[in-house]
Amino acid sequence: MTGTIHSLWTTAADSATPLDKIPTPKIEYAQLSPVLIVFGAAVLGILVEALLPRRSRYIAQLGVSVTGLAAAFAAIVALAADGYASAKSHIAAMGAVAVDGPALFLQGTIVLVALVAAFTFAERRLDPLAHGRRVDSFAAQGSTVPGSEQEKRAVRAGFTTTEVFPLLLFAVGGMMIFPAANDLLTLFVSLEVFSLPLYLLCALARRHRLLSQEAAVKYFLLGAFSSAILLFGVALLYGYAGTISYGGIADVISGTAKMTPALANTTANDSLLLIGGAMVVVGLLFKVAAVPFHMWTPDVYQGAPTPVTGFMAAATKVAAFGALLRLLYVVLPGIRWDWRPVMWGVAIATMVIGAIIAVTQTDVKRLLAYSSIAHAGFILAGVIALSPDGVSSVLFYLAAYSFVTLGAFAVVTLVRDAGGEATHLSRWAGLGRRSPLVAAVFAVFLLAFAGIPLTSGFAGKFAVFKAAAQGGAVPLVIIGVISSAIAAFFYIRVIVLMFFSEPQPGGPSVAVPSALTSTAIAAGVAVTLALGVAPQYFLDLAGKASVFVR
Amino acid sequence: MNTYVPILVLGALAAGFAIFSVDMARRTGPKRYNRAKLDAYECGIEPTPQPAGGGRFPIKYYLTAMLFIVFDIEIVFLYPWAVSFDALGLFGLVEMLLFVLTVFVAYAYVWRRGGLEWD
Repeated sequence: MTGTIHSLWTTAADSATPLDKIPTPKIEYAQLSPVLIVFGAAVLGILVEALLPRRSRYIAQLGVSVTGLAAAFAAIVALAADGYASAKSHIAAMGAVAVDGPALFLQGTIVLVALVAAFTFAERRLDPLAHGRRVDSFAAQGSTVPGSEQEKRAVRAGFTTTEVFPLLLFAVGGMMIFPAANDLLTLFVSLEVFSLPLYLLCALARRHRLLSQEAAVKYFLLGAFSSAILLFGVALLYGYAGTISYGGIADVISGTAKMTPALANTTANDSLLLIGGAMVVVGLLFKVAAVPFHMWTPDVYQGAPTPVTGFMAAATKVAAFGALLRLLYVVLPGIRWDWRPVMWGVAIATMVIGAIIAVTQTDVKRLLAYSSIAHAGFILAGVIALSPDGVSSVLFYLAAYSFVTLGAFAVVTLVRDAGGEATHLSRWAGLGRRSPLVAAVFAVFLLAFAGIPLTSGFAGKFAVFKAAAQGGAVPLVIIGVISSAIAAFFYIRVIVLMFFSEPQPGGPSVAVPSALTSTAIAAGVAVTLALGVAPQYFLDLAGKASVFVR
Repeated sequence: MNTYVPILVLGALAAGFAIFSVDMARRTGPKRYNRAKLDAYECGIEPTPQPAGGGRFPIKYYLTAMLFIVFDIEIVFLYPWAVSFDALGLFGLVEMLLFVLTVFVAYAYVWRRGGLEWD
């Protein structure tokens, strides 16, 4: 017994580096500039909250957010044009963050999504005036008890929670690091950085505040669980490989790492690797809302303020699938024979259960939530392909899907009655007769979700299923096509409801939005049609960006 | 397995000591009723009143504790840097300034929003 312990001491002493040998860290600020710009804008937003008078905060916050996000997108394009997406791609910040094609593509998508989402966050024409002041969809004061005197006072005073903009920016910053994280601790930290602001944002709805707070608590509790599971997996993987860097773990798995006695001890037992890898993947599957880790999605999507739902549904999925891709393609390809059958099962369950349960939904936000679960399954089919085509198809699908989702949720904010948004599907009956334009736009988004040709949804699904079939997953593709057909049923049902049924008397009215939401919806339609009519350019772009750096 | 024996023994000893102490205190200590003993423990200060019939409870202590942790963590980072700042050079100085700046921004927010006022 003492012998074993003593040998641990000696190996530890052997491998220890003297303190003066620790190299001074080096940070490539230019290559990390997109993330740094977003975080800088977020910090500036906090200063705006602290120092500016209440009246001028809204304009200042909107300006800071939009400028920051636009500058970050410019920085991403500059990096990609400089060749960091292909030839010059490398790992920055002492091995913590990868700057490569998939990372830059996904970061660009996230920043654009956030830019459009910031417009819907800033919308102030939809809610009726509160005591003569324009208000957005966020609570007057987050800390007041719903229905209390204090809340009424806050509403009368015309308070608005302008902190949502810095919160959005912090979430975006975390989401940008998430798919670029190149070691497990950066992965975990960025997960928390984007999750915590999202929990807060979920709780801040102006209408139906109890529902919103319930959603936030559920999201927080389940999110904390999944973070803990991911962290436990990180610990086990570290126990297995003795390193947290993606490349290092992959080397240990493939057996190309330099063997030390300590490493030989831990790698003799595969269970650390298998359990650890599975737990990290579970943490990520929770964030992409794959079955059986999808339970939070409908409740949270329904309760959260609709602009937040749109942002969360689009950007979280992009970030989490990016991280999942990197994990499976860079760290765990050596044990693909172990994870592929499991991921097959998860993908099939996600597609089928998402599509079937969506059929029974009567609330439009819950319907979109289950549809997002089904879409997670389709994207997983592309992830499993484990080929460059798989990566590029998933990148394309994510870009296409996120704009459709943003647009669809932006339309949901427009259909209102006295109680706020009218989300029950029966209230949408005959919408096409009352406001043909809004109904037509929503129909475009639904057709894109269903994957009808000439929309981005078709190109995305085609690319993903093609990659999956070439990867040998033909049964998966067949099940995917069948569940697409089931999903198409309920999308078409909503279209029929909107256009071919009589409007109810006293039904909801369609609010006329300001230029902000109009821009957001127009951007959604434009991207949906552009990616649907001419997908080849964007598929090529995704194809060029599909090589991970290690 | 053998490597874990010491830690298991340590755990058993700790549990045994805890049970023994609590039991001994119960058997030998005097029991005199005092209202203050039944109050919630808040660092020895008089407890903040609980709301009647549920509802909100004051979070002053939590706020103070959170702020304390923020500045405590700042010190945790500042101290090792101060010890070896010459070795870290300009890089360390810049990073440390950035770090302190973000903490100060948070501090400015808390201060302007009245987070430092007790009532």
